[in-house]
Amino acid sequence: MPQTIEFTVNGKAVSVALENEETPLLNVLRNELGLMGTRFGCGLEQCGCCMVLIDGAPEKCCAKPMWSVAGKSVTTIEGLGSPAQPHPLQQAFLDEQAGQCGYCLSGIIVSAKALLDKNPSPTRAEIAAALDGNICRCGSHNRILRAVEKAAAAMRMGAPS
Amino acid sequence: MNAPLPGPLADNPRLDRWVAFPAPGQVTILTGRVEIGQGVLTAMAQIAADELDVALARIVIHSGDTEATPNEGYTAGSQSIQFGGVALRQACADVRALFLERAAQALGCGADELTVHDGQIHRNGAPTGHDYWSLAGAVNLAVPASGAGKRKAVSQFKIIGDSTARLDLPDKIFGAPTFIHDMKLDGMLHARVVRQPNRGASIAAIDEAAIKRAAKGRIEFVRTGDFLAVVGDDETAVELAGAAAVNHVAWQNVEAPAASQQEANWLLQRPAIDRPFGAPPADSQGKERFEATYTRGYLAHASISPSCGLALYKDGQLTVWTHCQGVFPLRAALARELGIAADKIAVHHVQGSGCYGHNGADDAAADAAIIALQKPGVPVRVRWRREEEFVYEPKTPAMVVKVRALVDEAGKPADWTQEIWSPTHNLRPGAGGNLLGALALPNPPAAPPPNDVPEANGGGSTRNAEPLYAIPAKRILHHLVTETPVRTSALRGLGAMPNVFALECAIDELAERAGADPVAYRLSITADKRARAVIEKAAAMASWDAQAPAGTGIGRGIAFARYKNKAAYSAVVVELSVDEEIRLRHVWCATDAGLVVNPDGVINQLEGGIIQSASWVLKEQVRFDGGVASFDWETYPVLKFSEVPEIDIALINTRDEVPLGVGEVTAGPTAAAIGNAVSHALGARIRDLPLTRERVMAALLKD
Repeated sequence: MPQTIEFTVNGKAVSVALENEETPLLNVLRNELGLMGTRFGCGLEQCGCCMVLIDGAPEKCCAKPMWSVAGKSVTTIEGLGSPAQPHPLQQAFLDEQAGQCGYCLSGIIVSAKALLDKNPSPTRAEIAAALDGNICRCGSHNRILRAVEKAAAAMRMGAPS
Repeated sequence: MNAPLPGPLADNPRLDRWVAFPAPGQVTILTGRVEIGQGVLTAMAQIAADELDVALARIVIHSGDTEATPNEGYTAGSQSIQFGGVALRQACADVRALFLERAAQALGCGADELTVHDGQIHRNGAPTGHDYWSLAGAVNLAVPASGAGKRKAVSQFKIIGDSTARLDLPDKIFGAPTFIHDMKLDGMLHARVVRQPNRGASIAAIDEAAIKRAAKGRIEFVRTGDFLAVVGDDETAVELAGAAAVNHVAWQNVEAPAASQQEANWLLQRPAIDRPFGAPPADSQGKERFEATYTRGYLAHASISPSCGLALYKDGQLTVWTHCQGVFPLRAALARELGIAADKIAVHHVQGSGCYGHNGADDAAADAAIIALQKPGVPVRVRWRREEEFVYEPKTPAMVVKVRALVDEAGKPADWTQEIWSPTHNLRPGAGGNLLGALALPNPPAAPPPNDVPEANGGGSTRNAEPLYAIPAKRILHHLVTETPVRTSALRGLGAMPNVFALECAIDELAERAGADPVAYRLSITADKRARAVIEKAAAMASWDAQAPAGTGIGRGIAFARYKNKAAYSAVVVELSVDEEIRLRHVWCATDAGLVVNPDGVINQLEGGIIQSASWVLKEQVRFDGGVASFDWETYPVLKFSEVPEIDIALINTRDEVPLGVGEVTAGPTAAAIGNAVSHALGARIRDLPLTRERVMAALLKD
């Protein structure tokens, strides 16, 4: 018997029927809901490609069982902004050309949002520490750090987020 | 008489393989080069927009497609802009000339009276009413390039040389479906391969019931020979089954790499083919001898995403989607190893994560193809598991590099020998390398004969083994080791990193013996002006201080290379501190890459090369322990955000020189500059990579 699990994604109530309640949230986002922005990197909660916010807290979702998400509110990269209305972080990543292959960026931007929600004026070292759970293999680190600093400054100046 | 066509254009002369005008206002540019995270497609769009005189926004790039694009072999070796870019420039110049000729006919004037402004053809500064799109029906591009179109002079460039924003980044920043991993085909099945541990291993038993129980959902088995896969429509069930199968399939004839094979020195006693290059053996009479041996272990590409491939076999036609670096060589290998005519195979490139060399991409595509052949009419998507990627991707080989120099009375090298023990750096499918899945099929393909990248292409194990310095006699002796514990192939820079690490550390050791400053010593043996310029610039950027004492725990080091001794020049200065651990503080880099199409893109690549090389040098080595024991990000850690240094980069302005690729140029100089800075900080030399805490402690104790 499939189990129905209800939760919220990017502000919208969703309901999924699953044979296996242990199905990772990542697979539901990608395969059931068509939200491809959250990427698979390792399935081991090590690399951060699959970072989402669950009730506002940053969480890797590649091994997050669906039963644990019931009733919770999930925010993915698609929920942050759009090309027409970018989140200040997304705008800053564009401005700084902060990326190479870009596979890690969704998770990094979500981690950075969680940091800025908590600490609007982080130091460079605090940003780096907050992103240590995300791996970037191409070496875009310094651009990414600059982009987060820039977004933080924009948000302190009142940029809508 | 026109100049000879640039190589890729001579190989693919039909202009409609490069440029098309599919609809009013639109330009399609076709290129055999593919996006692997390096931003090449943005650079290609800039090149085409400039040579055609159209706005960048009009251009759509179509890349890496056996059915449409030119065959440019592999996107590798930092050659895309240098060769592919020049070919595209000439193709666009020829196309532009054909359109101007046609417009001149219609207008009854000379083509030299006409100019192009965003695709509109003007005469005497006024629109003629003709444009690329209105004339597209009247100009036949299904003709060979003539080379008659005049490429723009550097002074005429408007878009080339501009730091245009990457065209592919917005999708990645907003989380749009971008990657091959995001592709979905109607009726697609997911698949995981139960990997054959090694060539010749065969399946002894499969506990199907245990695997099905673990799947907690519907899966089925696909088997041909010893190639086994689990497939199904629920990715979660397939993933669980794939992971469980590792423990529920028994294999016989298993060979597993042992811990004793992990270090580079293991290679010294193995069978090898000797490959000497350069000067005859030296007469050492009357000269001081210098000898030092440097090593580097096996490295993984460790792309952030595991490899992925899709395939569909329908009506005798095999269609494959892949993120590999060469769709045409993959097509040839699929034909050869799966026994299908090449003209029945189409291979399409779709972006994957950052690539850095021959990783699992070709093999994942072959896996999908093998399964698709067993399930005609059904699209199949294979995604490797993280562990599978680490264990089965080709590794860059361990290397031992011994430098022997004879030193003259002035303390300068008079004779240089670089002796190398290394397995091949090229088992790509295009070099005869096997597709991993094919080894498990009935009648597996034979292993290719031992080989390495030809010297004309920059060499593999020998890459950058010859110093660029003014040394009267230089030679290389490569022992091509033919027995390896794991499959080895190309990683960013191939042999350049260990070779430059060895030779640039040796140069510092010679400078120290001569009582000379490392920068001054290098300049005293450097004749090449462009080499001198990057060394001087990097030293100036870092406010290099010749008097800084050694052994204080804070160190600075410099190193230099010209990639392959014929491409871009780069000098790197590193400042770091060493206590229990090595901590990078600052890196300064000066690079001369000739004409730069996109300065910010080049700086981005240089930064990436520096950070990746720093990660290799400080942290990375593939471990063996009755198998590959580096199988995830905890057992194969890479540099983290909090460990990355400040980086300053300067590009030397040499716009009139040919453009030179930059993806790989910093790999060697960064490694050696770190090695030299650690030696300066400790007052003791470490010659083995990675520079682990244990090696730092041992170096201190030895002193």
